[in-house]
Amino acid sequence: MSENRWVWQCERVIPSETGASSPILQEILDQLEKQAWIQHDIFSVHLAMEEALVNAIRHGNRLDTSKQVHVACRVSPELIRIEITDEGEGFDPSSVPDPTDPAHIEAPSGRGLMLMRSFMSRVEYNDVGNRVVMEKERAKQDNQERE
Amino acid sequence: MPRQQRLDVSEVGDVTVVHFRDQRIIEDLGIQEMGQELFHLVEGEDRKKLVLNFSSVGFMSSAALGKLITLDKKVKARGGVLKLCSIRPEIYEVFAITRLDRLFDIKADESEALAAF
Repeated sequence: MSENRWVWQCERVIPSETGASSPILQEILDQLEKQAWIQHDIFSVHLAMEEALVNAIRHGNRLDTSKQVHVACRVSPELIRIEITDEGEGFDPSSVPDPTDPAHIEAPSGRGLMLMRSFMSRVEYNDVGNRVVMEKERAKQDNQERE
Repeated sequence: MPRQQRLDVSEVGDVTVVHFRDQRIIEDLGIQEMGQELFHLVEGEDRKKLVLNFSSVGFMSSAALGKLITLDKKVKARGGVLKLCSIRPEIYEVFAITRLDRLFDIKADESEALAAF
C-alpha cells in the first residue's frame, strides 16, 4: 500500500455494542462529503465499514463488553484507508463460503466480506484475522464530473 | 395486529404494497422489527401477494438482506408471490453482487411490479 498525502485522520476506540460504531462512521462519511467525494464512493465506504464493524463487534468480540474495537482512518485527496481491529481470536477469511454458491445463496448471513471486497479497492486481513485494512481509491475526475 | 413501526402497508386490489419508513436499514433493532413486521404480514395475516417498494431506502446492510431471504422463503412456503421494486442503483448493486437479483423478482417500479401478478 503506497505512501499518501494524508489530509485527515482519526483514531477511535469503541465498545463492543451494536450501534456504538455510528458516531465514528458518521464522522468519516462527513469528512468524505466535505471533501466532495462522489456519492457512490461514500456509499461504498459506508457499506464496507458497516459490514466490517458488525463483523468486529458481533463475530470478533462476540458482543463481549470487556473487549473493544479499534478504528483508525486516514484520508488523502485520492484514497481512504481504514483499519478495524477487534480483540477476538480472529478468523480465516478463506474459510468463509462463497455466498453466491447455490448451496449458500439462501443463507440469511455470510455476505459481508464479499460486499467489502466488491465495494472497496483493497481488503486485507492480518495473519490472525482480527484486523482488516481496507482502502478505497477515489473515483477519477471523469466520474466525478459525470456524477 | 401489532402496530407497524417500520413499515407503511397499503393494498392495491389483492396485492399488499409495503413501503419502508427507515431511509437507512442498518441497526440491529430496526432490522429485527422490520423482519417481524414483514413476517407477520405473511404468517399472521396470510397475505399472499406482496410488493416491497424500496423507493425511500437509501442504504441497507447485508443483515437486512437476511430478513428478505427469510421472508421470501415464508412467502413461497405458503404459495405466495413476493416482488421487489424501486431499488436505487447502489442498493441494486448489492443484490447483483450477491446474486440475489436472481433469487428475487425485482421490478423497476411499483406499477411494473403490480402488473406482473
